[in-house]
Amino acid sequence: MKLPFALRPAPLLLLAVTTAAGAELRLTLHDEPKTLDPWLAADESAEAVQYLTEGVLIRVNRLTQRPEPELAESWSISKDATRIVFQLRRGVKFPDGSAFTADDVVQSFERLLDPALHSPIADTFKTDRGSVKLRAEGTNTVVAQFPTPTASMEKLFDQVAIVSGKALHRPYPGLGAFLIAERRPGVSIQLKRNPAYWKRDSDGKALPRVDSVRFDIEQNRDLELLRFRRGEVDLIDKLTPELFDRLASEAPGTAIDAGPTLDSEFLWFNQARRAPLPEATKAWFQSAGFRRAVSLAINRADLCRIVYRGHATPASGPVSPANKLWLKEGLNPEPFDPAAAMKFLTADGFRLEAGVLRDQRGNPVDFSIITNAGSKTREHMAVMVQQDLAKLGMKVAIVTLDFPSLIERITRTLNYEACLLGLVNVDADPSEWMNVLLSSASNHPWNPAQKSPETSWEAEIDRLMLAQAGSADHHTRKKSFDRVQEILREQMPVIYLIHPNALAAVSPRVTGVKVTAFFPHTFWDAEHLTVGARPPGIH
Amino acid sequence: MKVARAVAIGLLGAVAIVALAPEWWAANRYDTQFRAIPDTPPAARFPLGTDAVGRDRLSRLIYGTRVSLLLAPAAALLSCVAAGILGGLAGLAGGFIDRTIVAAADLFLSLPWLFLLLIVRACLPLNVSPAASVAITFLMLGVLGWAAPARVVRAAVRKLKSSEFVFMARARGCRPWRLLWCQLRPNVAPILLAQFWVAVPIYILTETTLGMLGLGVAEPLPSWGGLLRELEGDSFLARPYLLAPAILLALVIGSFQLLLSNEDFSI
Repeated sequence: MKLPFALRPAPLLLLAVTTAAGAELRLTLHDEPKTLDPWLAADESAEAVQYLTEGVLIRVNRLTQRPEPELAESWSISKDATRIVFQLRRGVKFPDGSAFTADDVVQSFERLLDPALHSPIADTFKTDRGSVKLRAEGTNTVVAQFPTPTASMEKLFDQVAIVSGKALHRPYPGLGAFLIAERRPGVSIQLKRNPAYWKRDSDGKALPRVDSVRFDIEQNRDLELLRFRRGEVDLIDKLTPELFDRLASEAPGTAIDAGPTLDSEFLWFNQARRAPLPEATKAWFQSAGFRRAVSLAINRADLCRIVYRGHATPASGPVSPANKLWLKEGLNPEPFDPAAAMKFLTADGFRLEAGVLRDQRGNPVDFSIITNAGSKTREHMAVMVQQDLAKLGMKVAIVTLDFPSLIERITRTLNYEACLLGLVNVDADPSEWMNVLLSSASNHPWNPAQKSPETSWEAEIDRLMLAQAGSADHHTRKKSFDRVQEILREQMPVIYLIHPNALAAVSPRVTGVKVTAFFPHTFWDAEHLTVGARPPGIH
Repeated sequence: MKVARAVAIGLLGAVAIVALAPEWWAANRYDTQFRAIPDTPPAARFPLGTDAVGRDRLSRLIYGTRVSLLLAPAAALLSCVAAGILGGLAGLAGGFIDRTIVAAADLFLSLPWLFLLLIVRACLPLNVSPAASVAITFLMLGVLGWAAPARVVRAAVRKLKSSEFVFMARARGCRPWRLLWCQLRPNVAPILLAQFWVAVPIYILTETTLGMLGLGVAEPLPSWGGLLRELEGDSFLARPYLLAPAILLALVIGSFQLLLSNEDFSI
């Protein structure tokens, strides 16, 4: 498979050659993880912790995008692409000393696919003919049978944590390089080296090389950079464009732009029929013409130029232009065209009266956009969107909420009108969007967890996504996913705004960092990183 | 000291005049985005430069002064009125009423304000105008801030209640309401005034704290708290003009303190 974009060579950092005794890698999380349950992780903070503490059968190398053996020593895929047989690594032990066996894999998947769990990861293992079935053959062989042919099926296993089947209570012991040692809510999460970790380096030495990892919860990006400069933080996985430019001018070697990511920043309206909103408001949001008008009225080029200081690309849809393999040809970013936007609104019965946009019943169009507090980038984007929409006569209020409150509103209470957030994509494959685009998915942004698709176009997206997931033929999959992108453009359920670049900060103390455009950008091979001594006075 | 006090009065007066009619003083609206020139340094057209999305910093500072400087005293007034009523009642009535009010005050004082404000903010309706949002924020500050001054008022009233002039008034048949209005109120008023002056900068700073967390006054309405967010980190070393809202805040709070220190609040 052709790589979706060119990866820049990692900087050679030579200052720190060996890991200091008792070395600790210090990272930051921008929010408290909503959960530490590896199968329920839906936010970036939880995924970061999970990445370091859980073991998976196959890991997609963030640099090469190729699947590499982890707990599965090898695997083979049947010719019809419906079955994958894993040969498990022998001699692997859980932290409690128990042996890792095929039964642990099977039981992990049974727990993951339990409908009562509502795991967003489970959605990626669903097709239109059912879910994957796993069975153990002996102690070291696992057979996963998919109901339909599934392309790149091995990559799906990158995100499934394998835990001890013998453990009865959560947190189940994991098989990652690190274990959670201490959690101080709102302050930090301390990880310690997993003494039973199976991986060794090329010299046969035990990994990980550092003794511990500390995630400090630091919402404030400026303070995060300040702490980086003082030597209290070693890596920043995601810098804001403003801070990146500042760091690049002060210490050019430490600021790294790894190019466009597959991530996206987007806006969507609450289109759930069960949402506690006035009927008139729901009618606006459920109108494709209204959504299209909003999309046309937003100046994406300005967002890239002003908010991202040129470190971003206008979005045409969920697929980043960096993902050339799956981006539909000819699908360009929506042009900034307020006149065309007004035509869509007029066709939908809206009218502009004394600078105020009113619907057919004379209701003024006003709504709020929620976003997470502490993100200047999103706040600035929201402010610019607010001004763009004001030109159409729409009155927009911006509300910043702490992250747990925001998640509560968009996934449970549905008590919101519009939301501006971002999505982190790890893989370029369309299956990556299964847990977002399927109408039954709990992360389906505009109308989550539908029992059956509420609109015909959502039903078509469901059908196409399941069809592409159930096919091993690239041409067939591409055709299905191209149509999905077309529908998303026509219906505009999500207004994709920009695709940001991967902007990271790497301390010269840390050796071996290879920054990639995929999450986690800096610590995807944390077990190989070494950390030198900290500046005097920093503990 | 008199000179300093005069300067403080003059400064507060000037700031109040600007805050009352920002339209007269600001060259641009606080929400107008000059997108061709974002994040520029000071120039003749924009004396404090433009912010990250191209808004005139000076105009936003002027409008932000109105928000912070008018609503903080309003919130302080609200909490002092509540404190006067509840503290006076507790001190005067004693017994069960006193114990209940003191317990309520203790409870309010022990609450983690910031988290409480975050919770209340998260529970508020979303689709409110920025003006309503800022009013609600300061209303919450006012409602939550009665406990500390109420305890001071209660202590003062209890002391006054046992004073000779009150004893004399009672002996001469003065009715309770007249005693309250004519004897106690004039003596408690300076204490409440002091509490008011103490509360104003506290509320400005609290709003600033909320603003720093991104949970203060909603965009695009500026407030000192919101404007101070530009100071996060150390960007002001390279761009000292970003310190303008902090300097103004320090001057205003300093002026309040100067006025306060010259009052005689003894009973």
